[in-house]
Amino acid sequence: MSVLVFVEIDNGSIKKSSQEAITYGAEVARMTNATATVLALGAADESALAQAGNFGATKVLHASDSKLTQENNMAYADVLAQAALQEGSSVIVMAKTGLGDAVAARAAAKLKASVISGVTSLPDLNGGFKVTRSIYTGKAFASVDIRSEIKILAIRKNAIEVTESGNTATVEPFYPTLKDASFTAKVTDVEKSNAELSLSEADIIVSGGRGMKGPENWQPLIDLAKALGAATGCSKPVSDLDWRPHHEHIGQTGIKVAPNLYIACGISGAIQHLAGVNGSKCIVVINKDPEAPFFKAADYGIVGDVFEVLPRLTKAIENSK
Amino acid sequence: MKILVCITNVPDTTAKITFAESDTKLNKTGIQFIIGPYDDYALARAVELKEQNGGTVTVLNVGEAEGEPQIRKALAIGADDAIRVNAEPTDSYFVASQIAHIAQQNNYDLILMGRESIDFNSGVVHGLVGEMLGIPSFSPVMKLDIEGSTAKFAREIDGGKEYMEAPLPLVFGCQEPIADWKIPNMRGIMTARTKPLQVVEPVAVDDMAINEKYTQPAAKGECKMIPVEDVEKLVTLLRTEAKVL
Repeated sequence: MSVLVFVEIDNGSIKKSSQEAITYGAEVARMTNATATVLALGAADESALAQAGNFGATKVLHASDSKLTQENNMAYADVLAQAALQEGSSVIVMAKTGLGDAVAARAAAKLKASVISGVTSLPDLNGGFKVTRSIYTGKAFASVDIRSEIKILAIRKNAIEVTESGNTATVEPFYPTLKDASFTAKVTDVEKSNAELSLSEADIIVSGGRGMKGPENWQPLIDLAKALGAATGCSKPVSDLDWRPHHEHIGQTGIKVAPNLYIACGISGAIQHLAGVNGSKCIVVINKDPEAPFFKAADYGIVGDVFEVLPRLTKAIENSK
Repeated sequence: MKILVCITNVPDTTAKITFAESDTKLNKTGIQFIIGPYDDYALARAVELKEQNGGTVTVLNVGEAEGEPQIRKALAIGADDAIRVNAEPTDSYFVASQIAHIAQQNNYDLILMGRESIDFNSGVVHGLVGEMLGIPSFSPVMKLDIEGSTAKFAREIDGGKEYMEAPLPLVFGCQEPIADWKIPNMRGIMTARTKPLQVVEPVAVDDMAINEKYTQPAAKGECKMIPVEDVEKLVTLLRTEAKVL
Protein backbone atom coordinates (compact mmCIF):
# COMPACT_ATOMS: atom_id res chain seq x y z
CA MET A 1 0.00 0.00 0.00
CA SER A 2 1.20 3.48 -0.67
CA VAL A 3 0.08 7.03 -0.24
CA LEU A 4 0.34 8.72 -3.63
CA VAL A 5 1.32 12.40 -3.81
CA PHE A 6 0.76 14.44 -6.98
CA VAL A 7 3.35 17.22 -7.23
CA GLU A 8 3.81 20.32 -9.35
CA ILE A 9 7.18 21.31 -10.72
CA ASP A 10 8.17 24.92 -11.33
CA ASN A 11 11.48 26.00 -12.86
CA GLY A 12 12.85 22.50 -12.39
CA SER A 13 12.15 22.14 -8.68
CA ILE A 14 9.25 20.89 -6.56
CA LYS A 15 6.93 23.78 -5.65
CA LYS A 16 6.76 24.77 -1.98
CA SER A 17 3.06 23.84 -1.79
CA SER A 18 3.90 20.42 -3.23
CA GLN A 19 6.71 19.99 -0.68
CA GLU A 20 4.03 20.46 1.98
CA ALA A 21 1.85 17.87 0.23
CA ILE A 22 4.73 15.35 0.25
CA THR A 23 5.34 16.01 3.97
CA TYR A 24 1.62 15.46 4.59
CA GLY A 25 1.54 12.27 2.49
CA ALA A 26 4.64 10.89 4.22
CA GLU A 27 3.06 11.54 7.61
CA VAL A 28 -0.16 9.73 6.58
CA ALA A 29 2.02 6.88 5.29
CA ARG A 30 3.79 6.66 8.64
CA MET A 31 0.44 6.60 10.46
CA THR A 32 -0.89 3.79 8.25
CA ASN A 33 2.32 1.73 7.90
CA ALA A 34 2.57 2.53 4.23
CA THR A 35 5.10 4.34 2.06
CA ALA A 36 4.73 7.64 0.22
CA THR A 37 5.13 7.62 -3.57
CA VAL A 38 5.33 10.83 -5.58
CA LEU A 39 3.93 11.25 -9.09
CA ALA A 40 5.64 13.92 -11.20
CA LEU A 41 4.60 14.78 -14.75
CA GLY A 42 6.36 16.46 -17.64
CA ALA A 43 9.94 17.64 -17.92
CA ALA A 44 12.00 17.54 -14.74
CA ASP A 45 15.55 16.59 -13.72
CA GLU A 46 15.98 13.30 -11.92
CA SER A 47 18.04 15.04 -9.23
CA ALA A 48 15.24 17.55 -8.56
CA LEU A 49 12.69 14.76 -8.31
CA ALA A 50 14.91 12.70 -5.98
CA GLN A 51 14.57 15.65 -3.60
CA ALA A 52 11.06 14.32 -2.85
CA GLY A 53 12.90 11.95 -0.48
CA ASN A 54 13.99 14.93 1.56
CA PHE A 55 10.33 15.53 2.44
CA GLY A 56 9.61 11.87 3.22
CA ALA A 57 8.78 10.09 -0.05
CA THR A 58 10.54 6.78 -0.82
CA LYS A 59 9.81 6.60 -4.53
CA VAL A 60 9.03 8.94 -7.40
CA LEU A 61 7.12 7.89 -10.51
CA HIS A 62 8.09 10.18 -13.36
CA ALA A 63 5.90 10.34 -16.47
CA SER A 64 8.09 12.40 -18.77
CA ASP A 65 6.07 12.06 -22.01
CA SER A 66 6.46 15.40 -23.80
CA LYS A 67 2.66 15.56 -24.22
CA LEU A 68 2.53 16.13 -20.46
CA THR A 69 4.76 19.22 -20.48
CA GLN A 70 1.73 21.45 -20.93
CA GLU A 71 -0.57 21.63 -17.89
CA ASN A 72 -3.63 19.51 -18.71
CA ASN A 73 -6.04 18.48 -15.96
CA MET A 74 -7.72 15.79 -18.08
CA ALA A 75 -4.51 13.99 -19.01
CA TYR A 76 -2.94 14.53 -15.57
CA ALA A 77 -5.96 13.02 -13.81
CA ASP A 78 -5.84 10.08 -16.17
CA VAL A 79 -2.16 9.46 -15.36
CA LEU A 80 -2.81 9.92 -11.63
CA ALA A 81 -5.62 7.35 -11.68
CA GLN A 82 -3.39 4.87 -13.51
CA ALA A 83 -0.58 5.40 -10.99
CA ALA A 84 -3.02 5.00 -8.07
CA LEU A 85 -4.24 1.68 -9.45
CA GLN A 86 -0.68 0.43 -10.08
CA GLU A 87 0.43 1.41 -6.55
CA GLY A 88 -2.78 0.30 -4.84
CA SER A 89 -3.09 3.76 -3.28
CA SER A 90 -6.12 4.43 -1.10
CA VAL A 91 -4.99 7.91 -0.08
CA ILE A 92 -4.00 10.49 -2.73
CA VAL A 93 -2.61 13.84 -1.65
CA MET A 94 -1.88 17.09 -3.48
CA ALA A 95 -1.59 20.80 -2.77
CA LYS A 96 -4.77 22.87 -3.06
CA THR A 97 -3.97 24.92 -6.16
CA GLY A 98 -5.96 25.62 -9.31
CA LEU A 99 -4.33 22.63 -11.00
CA GLY A 100 -4.45 20.48 -7.84
CA ASP A 101 -8.21 20.94 -7.43
CA ALA A 102 -8.90 20.19 -11.09
CA VAL A 103 -6.75 17.04 -11.12
CA ALA A 104 -8.18 15.92 -7.76
CA ALA A 105 -11.75 16.34 -9.06
CA ARG A 106 -11.26 14.47 -12.31
CA ALA A 107 -9.28 11.67 -10.67
CA ALA A 108 -12.02 11.36 -8.02
CA ALA A 109 -14.67 10.83 -10.70
CA LYS A 110 -12.47 8.18 -12.38
CA LEU A 111 -11.70 6.31 -9.15
CA LYS A 112 -15.12 6.83 -7.48
CA ALA A 113 -13.21 8.50 -4.69
CA SER A 114 -14.23 11.29 -2.38
CA VAL A 115 -12.39 14.56 -2.91
CA ILE A 116 -11.84 16.84 0.06
CA SER A 117 -10.38 20.23 -0.79
CA GLY A 118 -8.86 22.72 1.66
CA VAL A 119 -7.67 20.14 4.21
CA THR A 120 -5.99 21.76 7.23
CA SER A 121 -5.21 18.79 9.50
CA LEU A 122 -3.65 15.34 9.45
CA PRO A 123 -6.28 12.57 9.55
CA ASP A 124 -7.72 11.30 12.81
CA LEU A 125 -7.72 7.53 12.35
CA ASN A 126 -9.64 6.66 15.51
CA GLY A 127 -12.70 4.87 14.16
CA GLY A 128 -12.45 6.03 10.59
CA PHE A 129 -10.62 8.64 8.57
CA LYS A 130 -11.48 12.18 9.62
CA VAL A 131 -9.88 15.43 8.53
CA THR A 132 -10.55 19.09 9.17
CA ARG A 133 -11.06 21.40 6.23
CA SER A 134 -11.47 25.13 5.81
CA ILE A 135 -14.97 26.30 4.73
CA TYR A 136 -16.86 29.59 4.30
CA THR A 137 -13.64 31.11 2.97
CA GLY A 138 -11.80 30.55 6.23
CA LYS A 139 -14.66 31.75 8.46
CA ALA A 140 -15.17 28.18 9.76
CA PHE A 141 -13.89 24.60 9.70
CA ALA A 142 -15.65 21.30 9.09
CA SER A 143 -14.68 17.95 10.51
CA VAL A 144 -15.24 15.48 7.68
CA ASP A 145 -15.72 11.75 8.10
CA ILE A 146 -14.52 10.24 4.82
CA ARG A 147 -16.32 7.00 4.00
CA SER A 148 -15.13 6.12 0.50
CA GLU A 149 -12.40 3.53 0.01
CA ILE A 150 -10.18 5.88 -1.98
CA LYS A 151 -9.69 9.34 -0.51
CA ILE A 152 -8.28 12.34 -2.38
CA LEU A 153 -7.11 15.25 -0.25
CA ALA A 154 -6.11 18.71 -1.48
CA ILE A 155 -4.07 20.31 1.30
CA ARG A 156 -4.33 24.00 2.08
CA LYS A 157 -1.11 25.99 2.06
CA ASN A 158 0.60 26.20 5.46
CA ALA A 159 -1.53 23.34 6.88
CA ILE A 160 1.66 21.43 7.63
CA GLU A 161 5.25 22.45 8.25
CA VAL A 162 7.71 20.99 5.71
CA THR A 163 10.13 18.59 7.36
CA GLU A 164 13.44 17.72 5.75
CA SER A 165 15.28 14.43 6.35
CA GLY A 166 18.17 14.79 3.92
CA ASN A 167 17.16 11.52 2.20
CA THR A 168 16.68 11.09 -1.52
CA ALA A 169 13.97 9.07 -3.26
CA THR A 170 14.46 6.57 -6.08
CA VAL A 171 13.10 7.82 -9.38
CA GLU A 172 11.35 5.37 -11.72
CA PRO A 173 9.98 6.11 -15.17
CA PHE A 174 6.20 5.75 -15.50
CA TYR A 175 4.57 5.03 -18.85
CA PRO A 176 0.85 5.83 -18.73
CA THR A 177 -1.61 5.27 -21.57
CA LEU A 178 -2.66 8.67 -22.88
CA LYS A 179 -5.93 9.30 -24.71
CA ASP A 180 -6.26 11.68 -27.68
CA ALA A 181 -9.52 12.96 -26.16
CA SER A 182 -7.49 14.64 -23.42
CA PHE A 183 -5.70 16.88 -25.90
CA THR A 184 -8.47 18.66 -27.81
CA ALA A 185 -7.80 22.09 -26.27
CA LYS A 186 -4.93 24.22 -27.48
CA VAL A 187 -3.20 27.16 -25.86
CA THR A 188 -3.07 30.12 -28.25
CA ASP A 189 -1.30 32.68 -26.04
CA VAL A 190 0.09 33.12 -22.53
CA GLU A 191 0.41 36.36 -20.56
CA LYS A 192 2.63 35.89 -17.56
CA SER A 193 3.76 38.54 -15.15
CA ASN A 194 7.51 38.72 -14.76
CA ALA A 195 7.21 38.50 -10.97
CA GLU A 196 9.57 35.84 -9.72
CA LEU A 197 7.24 34.76 -6.95
CA SER A 198 3.61 33.75 -7.34
CA LEU A 199 1.17 34.86 -4.64
CA SER A 200 -0.08 31.38 -3.90
CA GLU A 201 3.44 30.07 -3.30
CA ALA A 202 4.89 33.05 -1.44
CA ASP A 203 5.84 32.82 2.24
CA ILE A 204 5.62 36.60 2.64
CA ILE A 205 3.14 38.93 0.92
CA VAL A 206 3.08 42.72 0.94
CA SER A 207 -0.30 43.98 -0.16
CA GLY A 208 -1.68 47.44 -0.90
CA GLY A 209 -5.13 49.01 -0.78
CA ARG A 210 -6.76 52.31 -1.67
CA GLY A 211 -4.62 53.98 0.98
CA MET A 212 -1.75 53.77 -1.53
CA LYS A 213 -3.63 56.56 -3.35
CA GLY A 214 -2.70 55.58 -6.91
CA PRO A 215 -0.74 53.15 -9.08
CA GLU A 216 2.18 55.59 -9.32
CA ASN A 217 2.78 55.23 -5.57
CA TRP A 218 3.49 51.50 -5.53
CA GLN A 219 7.31 51.72 -5.49
CA PRO A 220 7.77 51.85 -1.67
CA LEU A 221 5.60 48.76 -1.37
CA ILE A 222 7.55 46.96 -4.10
CA ASP A 223 10.83 47.96 -2.41
CA LEU A 224 9.68 46.44 0.88
CA ALA A 225 8.57 43.27 -0.92
CA LYS A 226 12.00 43.03 -2.57
CA ALA A 227 13.80 43.46 0.74
CA LEU A 228 11.69 40.68 2.24
CA GLY A 229 11.73 38.37 -0.79
CA ALA A 230 7.95 38.75 -0.81
CA ALA A 231 5.25 38.70 -3.47
CA THR A 232 2.96 41.71 -3.95
CA GLY A 233 -0.82 41.66 -3.74
CA CYS A 234 -3.69 44.13 -3.59
CA SER A 235 -7.27 44.60 -2.44
CA LYS A 236 -10.32 44.36 -4.72
CA PRO A 237 -10.88 48.13 -5.17
CA VAL A 238 -7.27 48.42 -6.33
CA SER A 239 -7.66 45.75 -9.02
CA ASP A 240 -11.13 47.10 -9.96
CA LEU A 241 -9.54 50.53 -10.51
CA ASP A 242 -6.83 48.85 -12.63
CA TRP A 243 -4.09 50.17 -10.38
CA ARG A 244 -2.75 46.61 -10.21
CA PRO A 245 -3.44 43.52 -12.39
CA HIS A 246 -6.36 41.23 -11.56
CA HIS A 247 -4.13 38.26 -10.65
CA GLU A 248 -2.85 40.27 -7.65
CA HIS A 249 -6.36 40.66 -6.18
CA ILE A 250 -6.53 38.93 -2.79
CA GLY A 251 -9.90 38.32 -1.15
CA GLN A 252 -13.13 36.40 -1.19
CA THR A 253 -13.54 36.69 -4.95
CA GLY A 254 -9.84 36.80 -5.72
CA ILE A 255 -6.89 34.69 -4.63
CA LYS A 256 -6.96 33.19 -1.15
CA VAL A 257 -3.51 33.21 0.38
CA ALA A 258 -1.99 31.68 3.49
CA PRO A 259 1.55 33.03 3.84
CA ASN A 260 3.66 33.07 6.99
CA LEU A 261 3.59 36.85 6.97
CA TYR A 262 1.01 39.16 5.40
CA ILE A 263 1.69 42.90 5.48
CA ALA A 264 -1.34 45.03 4.60
CA CYS A 265 -0.59 48.63 3.59
CA GLY A 266 -3.49 51.07 3.43
CA ILE A 267 -6.13 48.31 3.37
CA SER A 268 -9.09 48.97 5.67
CA GLY A 269 -9.94 45.26 6.01
CA ALA A 270 -13.41 44.66 4.59
CA ILE A 271 -14.77 41.23 5.52
CA GLN A 272 -14.33 40.09 1.89
CA HIS A 273 -10.62 40.93 2.02
CA LEU A 274 -10.14 39.27 5.41
CA ALA A 275 -11.69 36.10 3.98
CA GLY A 276 -8.80 35.87 1.54
CA VAL A 277 -6.03 36.24 4.12
CA ASN A 278 -7.30 34.60 7.29
CA GLY A 279 -5.10 31.55 6.72
CA SER A 280 -1.99 33.71 7.23
CA LYS A 281 0.21 32.89 10.22
CA CYS A 282 1.05 36.48 11.09
CA ILE A 283 -0.68 39.66 9.89
CA VAL A 284 0.81 43.16 10.06
CA VAL A 285 -1.47 46.11 9.35
CA ILE A 286 -0.22 49.59 8.48
CA ASN A 287 -2.99 52.16 8.23
CA LYS A 288 -3.34 55.80 9.13
CA ASP A 289 -6.90 55.24 10.40
CA PRO A 290 -6.74 53.76 13.94
CA GLU A 291 -10.36 52.61 13.50
CA ALA A 292 -9.60 50.46 10.42
CA PRO A 293 -11.32 47.09 11.05
CA PHE A 294 -8.20 45.24 9.82
CA PHE A 295 -6.44 45.96 13.15
CA LYS A 296 -8.92 43.59 14.84
CA ALA A 297 -7.65 40.74 12.67
CA ALA A 298 -3.97 41.69 12.93
CA ASP A 299 -1.10 40.47 15.10
CA TYR A 300 0.89 43.71 14.81
CA GLY A 301 -0.38 47.12 13.91
CA ILE A 302 1.14 50.48 13.08
CA VAL A 303 -1.06 53.57 12.90
CA GLY A 304 0.77 55.80 10.48
CA ASP A 305 1.25 57.07 6.95
CA VAL A 306 2.27 54.19 4.65
CA PHE A 307 4.55 56.51 2.69
CA GLU A 308 6.54 57.21 5.82
CA VAL A 309 6.39 53.74 7.36
CA LEU A 310 7.21 51.62 4.30
CA PRO A 311 10.63 53.16 3.45
CA ARG A 312 11.68 52.99 7.10
CA LEU A 313 10.60 49.38 7.33
CA THR A 314 12.51 48.54 4.15
CA LYS A 315 15.61 50.19 5.53
CA ALA A 316 15.28 48.36 8.86
CA ILE A 317 14.97 45.01 7.04
CA GLU A 318 18.03 45.75 4.91
CA ASN A 319 20.06 46.88 7.92
CA SER A 320 19.20 43.75 9.86
CA LYS A 321 20.32 41.32 7.14
CA MET B 1 -26.86 26.53 -28.54
CA LYS B 2 -27.95 24.98 -25.26
CA ILE B 3 -26.34 26.36 -22.12
CA LEU B 4 -26.70 24.96 -18.62
CA VAL B 5 -25.80 27.25 -15.71
CA CYS B 6 -25.44 25.64 -12.29
CA ILE B 7 -26.06 27.96 -9.37
CA THR B 8 -25.52 27.60 -5.64
CA ASN B 9 -27.67 29.17 -2.93
CA VAL B 10 -25.22 30.52 -0.34
CA PRO B 11 -24.99 33.00 2.55
CA ASP B 12 -24.14 36.55 1.51
CA THR B 13 -20.40 37.32 1.52
CA THR B 14 -20.79 39.63 4.53
CA ALA B 15 -22.74 37.05 6.59
CA LYS B 16 -21.48 36.16 10.04
CA ILE B 17 -21.22 32.37 10.10
CA THR B 18 -22.41 30.54 13.23
CA PHE B 19 -23.71 27.02 13.77
CA ALA B 20 -26.74 25.38 15.37
CA GLU B 21 -27.89 21.92 16.48
CA SER B 22 -24.68 21.11 18.37
CA ASP B 23 -22.54 22.61 15.59
CA THR B 24 -23.88 20.21 12.96
CA LYS B 25 -25.87 22.74 10.90
CA LEU B 26 -25.43 26.30 9.69
CA ASN B 27 -27.40 28.76 11.80
CA LYS B 28 -29.56 30.34 9.09
CA THR B 29 -31.20 32.90 11.39
CA GLY B 30 -30.74 36.40 10.05
CA ILE B 31 -28.68 35.24 7.07
CA GLN B 32 -29.50 36.52 3.62
CA PHE B 33 -29.02 33.94 0.88
CA ILE B 34 -27.77 34.86 -2.56
CA ILE B 35 -26.83 33.25 -5.87
CA GLY B 36 -23.13 32.34 -5.47
CA PRO B 37 -21.16 35.40 -6.68
CA TYR B 38 -19.07 33.33 -9.11
CA ASP B 39 -22.22 31.56 -10.37
CA ASP B 40 -23.74 35.00 -10.95
CA TYR B 41 -20.85 35.84 -13.31
CA ALA B 42 -21.41 32.54 -15.13
CA LEU B 43 -25.13 33.30 -15.48
CA ALA B 44 -24.48 36.82 -16.76
CA ARG B 45 -22.11 35.52 -19.46
CA ALA B 46 -24.54 32.74 -20.42
CA VAL B 47 -27.32 35.30 -20.99
CA GLU B 48 -24.95 37.44 -23.11
CA LEU B 49 -23.88 34.41 -25.18
CA LYS B 50 -27.54 33.55 -25.79
CA GLU B 51 -28.22 37.11 -26.93
CA GLN B 52 -25.27 36.89 -29.37
CA ASN B 53 -25.67 33.36 -30.66
CA GLY B 54 -29.29 32.38 -29.97
CA GLY B 55 -30.26 29.28 -28.02
CA THR B 56 -31.45 28.64 -24.52
CA VAL B 57 -30.16 29.04 -20.98
CA THR B 58 -31.31 26.55 -18.36
CA VAL B 59 -30.56 27.14 -14.69
CA LEU B 60 -29.88 24.18 -12.42
CA ASN B 61 -29.76 24.21 -8.64
CA VAL B 62 -29.20 21.22 -6.40
CA GLY B 63 -30.93 22.32 -3.24
CA GLU B 64 -34.04 22.50 -1.16
CA ALA B 65 -37.20 24.55 -1.83
CA GLU B 66 -35.90 27.46 0.26
CA GLY B 67 -33.55 28.34 -2.63
CA GLU B 68 -36.35 28.99 -5.13
CA PRO B 69 -36.24 32.81 -4.76
CA GLN B 70 -32.65 32.67 -6.04
CA ILE B 71 -33.72 30.43 -8.94
CA ARG B 72 -36.52 32.89 -9.83
CA LYS B 73 -33.96 35.68 -9.74
CA ALA B 74 -31.82 33.76 -12.25
CA LEU B 75 -34.89 33.44 -14.48
CA ALA B 76 -35.52 37.18 -14.09
CA ILE B 77 -31.93 37.87 -15.16
CA GLY B 78 -32.61 36.05 -18.42
CA ALA B 79 -32.52 32.25 -18.11
CA ASP B 80 -35.34 30.52 -20.01
CA ASP B 81 -36.17 27.70 -17.66
CA ALA B 82 -34.94 26.07 -14.47
CA ILE B 83 -34.48 22.69 -12.86
CA ARG B 84 -34.19 22.17 -9.12
CA VAL B 85 -32.89 18.82 -7.91
CA ASN B 86 -34.74 18.49 -4.64
CA ALA B 87 -31.97 17.53 -2.21
CA GLU B 88 -29.64 18.94 0.39
CA PRO B 89 -26.30 19.47 -1.42
CA THR B 90 -24.25 17.30 0.96
CA ASP B 91 -20.89 17.05 -0.82
CA SER B 92 -19.20 17.83 -4.13
CA TYR B 93 -19.48 14.28 -5.47
CA PHE B 94 -23.22 14.19 -4.75
CA VAL B 95 -23.86 17.57 -6.40
CA ALA B 96 -21.70 16.73 -9.43
CA SER B 97 -23.52 13.41 -9.86
CA GLN B 98 -26.87 15.22 -9.98
CA ILE B 99 -25.59 17.78 -12.50
CA ALA B 100 -24.06 15.04 -14.69
CA HIS B 101 -27.31 13.07 -14.59
CA ILE B 102 -29.35 16.08 -15.81
CA ALA B 103 -26.71 16.90 -18.43
CA GLN B 104 -26.71 13.36 -19.83
CA GLN B 105 -30.41 13.72 -20.71
CA ASN B 106 -30.10 17.11 -22.40
CA ASN B 107 -26.90 17.43 -24.49
CA TYR B 108 -25.81 20.91 -23.46
CA ASP B 109 -23.12 22.61 -25.54
CA LEU B 110 -21.85 24.55 -22.54
CA ILE B 111 -22.08 23.92 -18.82
CA LEU B 112 -21.15 26.98 -16.79
CA MET B 113 -20.85 27.47 -13.04
CA GLY B 114 -18.79 29.52 -10.62
CA ARG B 115 -15.15 28.60 -9.99
CA GLU B 116 -16.22 27.52 -6.50
CA SER B 117 -19.15 27.85 -4.13
CA ILE B 118 -18.49 30.38 -1.40
CA ASP B 119 -19.75 28.08 1.35
CA PHE B 120 -17.54 25.03 0.87
CA ASN B 121 -14.94 26.57 -1.47
CA SER B 122 -13.95 23.22 -2.96
CA GLY B 123 -13.72 24.30 -6.59
CA VAL B 124 -14.04 20.68 -7.73
CA VAL B 125 -17.61 20.34 -9.06
CA HIS B 126 -16.73 21.50 -12.61
CA GLY B 127 -13.91 18.97 -12.79
CA LEU B 128 -16.08 16.16 -11.44
CA VAL B 129 -18.89 16.99 -13.89
CA GLY B 130 -16.43 17.19 -16.80
CA GLU B 131 -14.98 13.80 -15.98
CA MET B 132 -18.40 12.20 -15.38
CA LEU B 133 -19.46 13.42 -18.85
CA GLY B 134 -16.10 12.67 -20.47
CA ILE B 135 -15.57 16.27 -21.64
CA PRO B 136 -12.87 18.85 -20.79
CA SER B 137 -13.31 21.30 -17.92
CA PHE B 138 -11.49 24.59 -17.32
CA SER B 139 -11.37 26.95 -14.36
CA PRO B 140 -11.12 29.77 -13.43
CA VAL B 141 -12.26 31.21 -16.75
CA MET B 142 -12.37 35.01 -17.00
CA LYS B 143 -13.21 35.48 -20.70
CA LEU B 144 -15.38 33.32 -22.93
CA ASP B 145 -16.53 33.64 -26.54
CA ILE B 146 -18.14 31.12 -28.84
CA GLU B 147 -17.36 30.90 -32.56
CA GLY B 148 -19.40 28.19 -34.26
CA SER B 149 -18.62 25.03 -32.35
CA THR B 150 -15.41 26.35 -30.78
CA ALA B 151 -14.96 28.11 -27.45
CA LYS B 152 -12.25 30.76 -27.22
CA PHE B 153 -11.47 31.56 -23.62
CA ALA B 154 -8.91 32.81 -21.11
CA ARG B 155 -8.23 31.29 -17.76
CA GLU B 156 -6.24 32.58 -14.86
CA ILE B 157 -3.02 30.73 -14.09
CA ASP B 158 -0.41 31.39 -11.39
CA GLY B 159 0.60 35.01 -12.02
CA GLY B 160 -1.06 35.43 -15.38
CA LYS B 161 -3.52 34.36 -18.06
CA GLU B 162 -3.66 31.57 -20.61
CA TYR B 163 -5.69 31.99 -23.82
CA MET B 164 -7.15 28.76 -25.15
CA GLU B 165 -9.43 27.23 -27.78
CA ALA B 166 -11.38 24.00 -27.57
CA PRO B 167 -14.29 22.34 -29.34
CA LEU B 168 -17.68 22.17 -27.56
CA PRO B 169 -19.11 20.64 -25.41
CA LEU B 170 -17.18 22.00 -22.43
CA VAL B 171 -17.53 22.69 -18.73
CA PHE B 172 -16.31 26.00 -17.29
CA GLY B 173 -15.80 27.31 -13.76
CA CYS B 174 -16.17 31.09 -14.13
CA GLN B 175 -14.97 34.19 -12.32
CA GLU B 176 -14.86 37.93 -12.92
CA PRO B 177 -14.42 39.73 -15.26
CA ILE B 178 -16.12 37.22 -17.59
CA ALA B 179 -19.21 39.49 -17.56
CA ASP B 180 -20.79 42.18 -15.42
CA TRP B 181 -23.39 41.03 -12.94
CA LYS B 182 -26.90 41.64 -14.23
CA ILE B 183 -29.67 43.12 -12.13
CA PRO B 184 -33.15 41.89 -13.08
CA ASN B 185 -35.47 44.53 -14.55
CA MET B 186 -39.20 44.75 -13.90
CA ARG B 187 -40.12 42.95 -17.12
CA GLY B 188 -37.68 40.16 -16.23
CA ILE B 189 -39.18 39.82 -12.77
CA MET B 190 -42.72 39.62 -14.20
CA THR B 191 -41.87 37.02 -16.85
CA ALA B 192 -39.80 34.96 -14.39
CA ARG B 193 -42.95 34.13 -12.46
CA THR B 194 -44.36 32.10 -15.33
CA LYS B 195 -41.14 30.56 -16.67
CA PRO B 196 -40.97 26.78 -16.12
CA LEU B 197 -39.25 25.58 -12.94
CA GLN B 198 -39.13 21.81 -12.90
CA VAL B 199 -38.48 20.00 -9.60
CA VAL B 200 -36.88 16.57 -9.91
CA GLU B 201 -35.81 14.06 -7.29
CA PRO B 202 -32.09 13.24 -6.94
CA VAL B 203 -30.41 10.08 -8.22
CA ALA B 204 -28.96 7.87 -5.49
CA VAL B 205 -25.25 8.41 -4.72
CA ASP B 206 -23.23 6.55 -2.08
CA ASP B 207 -22.24 8.61 0.96
CA MET B 208 -18.63 9.55 0.29
CA ALA B 209 -17.94 12.06 3.05
CA ILE B 210 -20.02 13.36 5.91
CA ASN B 211 -19.55 16.77 7.53
CA GLU B 212 -19.78 15.72 11.16
CA LYS B 213 -19.18 18.94 12.99
CA TYR B 214 -18.43 22.59 12.32
CA THR B 215 -16.14 24.85 14.32
CA GLN B 216 -15.19 28.49 14.22
CA PRO B 217 -11.59 29.66 14.13
CA ALA B 218 -9.98 30.37 17.48
CA ALA B 219 -10.38 34.00 18.48
CA LYS B 220 -7.48 36.14 17.38
CA GLY B 221 -5.26 37.45 20.20
CA GLU B 222 -4.92 41.16 20.82
CA CYS B 223 -3.21 43.17 18.07
CA LYS B 224 0.12 44.49 19.34
CA MET B 225 0.31 48.17 18.40
CA ILE B 226 3.71 49.59 17.59
CA PRO B 227 4.13 53.36 17.85
CA VAL B 228 5.01 54.85 14.49
CA GLU B 229 8.32 56.18 15.81
CA ASP B 230 9.38 52.59 16.65
CA VAL B 231 8.78 51.09 13.19
CA GLU B 232 12.20 49.40 13.34
CA LYS B 233 11.09 47.44 16.40
CA LEU B 234 8.57 45.58 14.24
CA VAL B 235 11.40 43.86 12.38
CA THR B 236 12.81 42.54 15.66
CA LEU B 237 9.38 41.34 16.80
CA LEU B 238 8.70 39.57 13.51
CA ARG B 239 12.05 37.83 13.80
CA THR B 240 12.19 36.89 17.49
CA GLU B 241 8.56 36.79 18.67
CA ALA B 242 6.44 35.84 15.64
CA LYS B 243 9.41 33.97 14.06
CA VAL B 244 8.20 34.64 10.52
CA LEU B 245 11.33 36.30 9.14
